[in-house]
Amino acid sequence: MSFKRVVITGMGALTPVGNDIPTFWKNLVAGVSGAAPITRFDAERFRTRFACEVKGLDINDYIPRQEARKMDPFTQYAVIAADEAMKDAGFDTDKLDLDKAGVIWGSGIGGLKTFEDEVLNFAEGGKNPRFNPFFIPKMIADSASGVISIKYGFRGPTFITVSACASATNALIDAFLYIRLGMMNVCISGGSEAAVTNAGMGGFNALKALSERNDSPETASRPYDKDRDGFVLGEGGAALILEEYEHAKARGAKIYAEMIGGGMSSDAYHITAPHPEGRGAYMVMKNTLENAGIQPEDIDYINTHGTSTPIGDPQEIKAIERFFGEHAYNMNISSTKSMTGHLLGGAGAIEAAACILAIRDQIIPPTINHFTPDPEINPRLNLTFNKAQKRKVNIALSNTFGFGGHNASVIFKKYEG
Amino acid sequence: MSAIAERVKQIIVEKLGVEESEVTPEANFQNDLGADSLDTVELIMEFEKEFNLSIPDDQAENIGTVGQAVAYLEENVK
Repeated sequence: MSFKRVVITGMGALTPVGNDIPTFWKNLVAGVSGAAPITRFDAERFRTRFACEVKGLDINDYIPRQEARKMDPFTQYAVIAADEAMKDAGFDTDKLDLDKAGVIWGSGIGGLKTFEDEVLNFAEGGKNPRFNPFFIPKMIADSASGVISIKYGFRGPTFITVSACASATNALIDAFLYIRLGMMNVCISGGSEAAVTNAGMGGFNALKALSERNDSPETASRPYDKDRDGFVLGEGGAALILEEYEHAKARGAKIYAEMIGGGMSSDAYHITAPHPEGRGAYMVMKNTLENAGIQPEDIDYINTHGTSTPIGDPQEIKAIERFFGEHAYNMNISSTKSMTGHLLGGAGAIEAAACILAIRDQIIPPTINHFTPDPEINPRLNLTFNKAQKRKVNIALSNTFGFGGHNASVIFKKYEG
Repeated sequence: MSAIAERVKQIIVEKLGVEESEVTPEANFQNDLGADSLDTVELIMEFEKEFNLSIPDDQAENIGTVGQAVAYLEENVK
């Protein structure tokens, strides 16, 4: 059996820097930060009081109120991003084989707000065990894929991938592989997260994972800067339409890029800390390039995991230098988390979109908020500090690493007939 | 219309997203107002909350229409 080719034919995004793909991309290229004081809840007593929230969103502009109230925000975000991507792909749904159409979504946590609200309600209601009947279906992480599947009538493989901050990348890899193997023609894939809640902020604060730069939220996410002090929690998501190449060609689809590889590795080291020598980061890049059948010299751009944590950033960079050798200094590297914050299980989706758009427009979105060089980061690396850079981008790699030591990466290539 | 009936109507309009004019005494939650079984369970819970009482499951099973809900509540709300 020969492998099928997989192309990207639609995209949608709902992010802290834009509620659709054109705005998201315009702001990434312009170097706009999505961080601001928290509005979702009263964060006054929290060590971190800012985040990268989705802004100016009226859910009811997208989803009827009666349906929206049965969805956790992470599912609402998924539905909104998927809707943009589906419209962008322009399917004639009458002609689509719905049994060969799937939904493979990623979320690191699922319905955190729903869980929090229900348990608070239980506690405040004298522990009366009367839970809302929609509690479980709203909260469980697979509800995003279920709701999207029902909306479009997609009856092929539909499920969710959960691997913390690698979740959406794992979803893309699964979608890619199933299409490659001929098990699906079309898949709505991507990921979303909505963890800017009391429990989400409090939990990550307890881990000392978040930046506490409350006096300057917009400069808090500063990957590779000497004074970085943790990541900035983000929310939202993105959807990509993955489609079998002949299927896309036959319907005259617009093709953004080709997805040519996906790979995984695990640190097998610690539940939250990355391996100090970047063992997992090295292996995931090696595995992904092998899966794509390309050489290290073929990579033009890496969208890094780069969350702006003191420990995480250098280990990824060192793994890049070790794996790519001299070519590490020819590539562009950037962390768009400097602008979007960290969308956890949705990160891989918005960063895949950023890679695809970098290929389309031949421009690298920057790593903003670089003020002070870190002696641990080799200055020969082009980390695309502070300003977008035009360059030839034929092939781009996106890295994501999750708590639990889960690493997943994907590779996109400029589409050439 | 009794005060209880008016409050019941508002809850149904809010939860099921239907027009006030559809909420007639004969209207069945599932057959006429577009509710599924989960919506119905949620409605019963809302009535319990609004009227501060507990509706036993065997009684809740007999509440399928707007009129049945109002009748039950008028009889049991103190």
